[in-house]
Amino acid sequence: MPAIEAHHLYKVFGRKGREGVKRLQAGADTTELKKAGLTPAVIDASFTVEEGEIFVVMGLSGSGKSTLIRMINGLHPPTAGHVKLHGENITAATGKDLRRLRRERISMVFQHFALFPHRSVIDNAAYGLETQGVAKEERRRRAHEALELCGLTGWDEHLPSELSGGMQQRVGLARALAADTDILLMDEAFSALDPLIRRDMQDQLIELQQKLGKTILFITHDLNEAMRIGDRIAMMRNGRIVQIGTAEEILTDPANDYVAQFVADVDRTRVLTAASVMEPPVAVLGAEQGPRTAHKLMREHQISALFVTGRDRSLKGYVTEDEVGKHLEQKDITSLLKPVPDVARVTPDTSLADLFGPAAETPAIAVVDDAGRLSGVIPRITLLSALAAYAEADSEIETAAAAEPLTDQTKEAVRG
Amino acid sequence: MVEHAAPLTIVPPLPIGDLLETGFEWFKDTFDAFFDVVGDIVTGAIDGIAAVLLAPDPLVLAVIFALLAWLVRDWKLGIGTLVGMVLIIGMGMWDPAMDTLALVVVATLVALVIGVPLGILAARSAVVSRILRPVMDFLQTMPGFVWLVPVVKLFSIGVAGAMVATVIFALAPAVRLTELGIRQVDGEVVEAGQAFGAGPRQILKDIQLPLAMPTVMAGVNQVIMLSLSMAVIGGLVGAGGLGNEVVSGISTLNLALGFDAGISVVILAIFLDRLTASIGSRRPGHGRLRELRERFTRTPATSAA
Repeated sequence: MPAIEAHHLYKVFGRKGREGVKRLQAGADTTELKKAGLTPAVIDASFTVEEGEIFVVMGLSGSGKSTLIRMINGLHPPTAGHVKLHGENITAATGKDLRRLRRERISMVFQHFALFPHRSVIDNAAYGLETQGVAKEERRRRAHEALELCGLTGWDEHLPSELSGGMQQRVGLARALAADTDILLMDEAFSALDPLIRRDMQDQLIELQQKLGKTILFITHDLNEAMRIGDRIAMMRNGRIVQIGTAEEILTDPANDYVAQFVADVDRTRVLTAASVMEPPVAVLGAEQGPRTAHKLMREHQISALFVTGRDRSLKGYVTEDEVGKHLEQKDITSLLKPVPDVARVTPDTSLADLFGPAAETPAIAVVDDAGRLSGVIPRITLLSALAAYAEADSEIETAAAAEPLTDQTKEAVRG
Repeated sequence: MVEHAAPLTIVPPLPIGDLLETGFEWFKDTFDAFFDVVGDIVTGAIDGIAAVLLAPDPLVLAVIFALLAWLVRDWKLGIGTLVGMVLIIGMGMWDPAMDTLALVVVATLVALVIGVPLGILAARSAVVSRILRPVMDFLQTMPGFVWLVPVVKLFSIGVAGAMVATVIFALAPAVRLTELGIRQVDGEVVEAGQAFGAGPRQILKDIQLPLAMPTVMAGVNQVIMLSLSMAVIGGLVGAGGLGNEVVSGISTLNLALGFDAGISVVILAIFLDRLTASIGSRRPGHGRLRELRERFTRTPATSAA
């Protein structure tokens, strides 16, 4: 069961919000509604977030993302549509039920930290447990653990005002973690921090998420942040979700010009991964085959070395043209195998930026999955032409389908 | 000589005051018994507090006040308080000053008991706020003397009527500043309380009121100041205390008596003002009271960290 399901959420501010929703459903546009004194903040937003996923909602200010996140935990009741948390409808809940859901299911980290200035750091972190009715000793112990987890040791008895911004947001994060709900809402949680601390917090969040397996709904206006931490990203514009997909899907296949414009200035080498540029491993030798086959394959593909795999596609090593040429009469290839050096083995989700180092040392990089199987090959030339293609795409945004010419080019490059 | 033009007769005479009086008479006749009881309770409370204040030797109480001032603020206010109180004793105004202080204390408490909840309601509901605003304007701008007439009719001459007039006169800042203080609390912080599943009462108690406290205390400070000034005016209707001294100073043209009483009022006012102002402005984590409390409650574990 998904952790969060949002079904056709609408939020229209104004006296006759419901009427506004009907008009939007009938095809009216935002400007029409604004003339009638209605402000549509969120229009027909639907998405699901799976358990343990980091789902990022990305949009500029005024795109409705803050309103959207507040409908998830019922701080703003939707004008239409509903939200389910683990199958439980929070939109229909009122009073006691709503508060119980918030205590047990969902906690929140705020843009400006929203710490309680009159409470010590540990009492801030313990707040969620306090509303849950946990006894004082117990909640202080757990709050202390959460603070340690967030890298704040020794500040328990201080007041939030004595902490720097980054540390205050750690308290905000610890407060949400201590509540021990499985869903975490983060409303521009890192936007008020300076860039270096922001990077640091992003890394820490990813680390924490891997450790604790929380479901995280993260709001941001910073595309780089979205790409860095999001498993999937929803792009929002003027209250509508215009595209949902992984960072790569959004980069390589933007749904419209708006998204394309947006992603134009992302550092693609950080977002794109080995998997997105690798070639299918066609020119690969089976371990049971002999030097003659190897020689033939190399001649066919105009390359000077071959990766060798076992029956289960596990990477065994590589052979070079020189060695094979000298031992053509040999039946077995095993004696000619050289182990693939560690630098030349990368995982599919290694970022492009991290491939440059290996590419300088070896003519081809093997992309190996977690089970040790060869899932693709990146010849040096492929990497370079991938970069060139993206550089072009950056300067000409309209070539949104940058992926197509890329593959053709690289194939030519490899063959030539 | 200027000839006053005869007023045009377009505007009919409007006996608003008469109407109010008729309504008031009905009100008085209907609730007479009730106000008798209220009057007795109020008089009893004020007399009781005055008796407590007058029980110890004046000098002992003066020292206690000075210690209080030192505790809440600093030694300078402590010494200033001691000097001021000794001055009052020296002028022979101690007894009336304590009577007035008792009246101010009771009036302030009553004004807060009424005003703070009204302020909370006004902060939560725009409708209540809209209704209360003109009422508070009315209470605050009506000259204080005017309130003396109806209260004397209700309670006859004496301290009870003076106290009620004082409460009416001093109520507005309690309501206004409580509302303001709560409305000023950062919306995101209140949202944080809601997001973690706190109910409205918990949010009020744990978040809104503590954060509104400096503003509410500024209101308390103003209530006390207004109470003190009205308590002196109450001398006209037999409030007792310094008010009586001032009134008899005026009626017998006794300059010395007038000044003695007036200076005593000033000293009381400064003492109460500084005392409550420093309670209000004290930020969490500062002040001698908290220091002392922390020294005695700090466990070894937390002080090590």
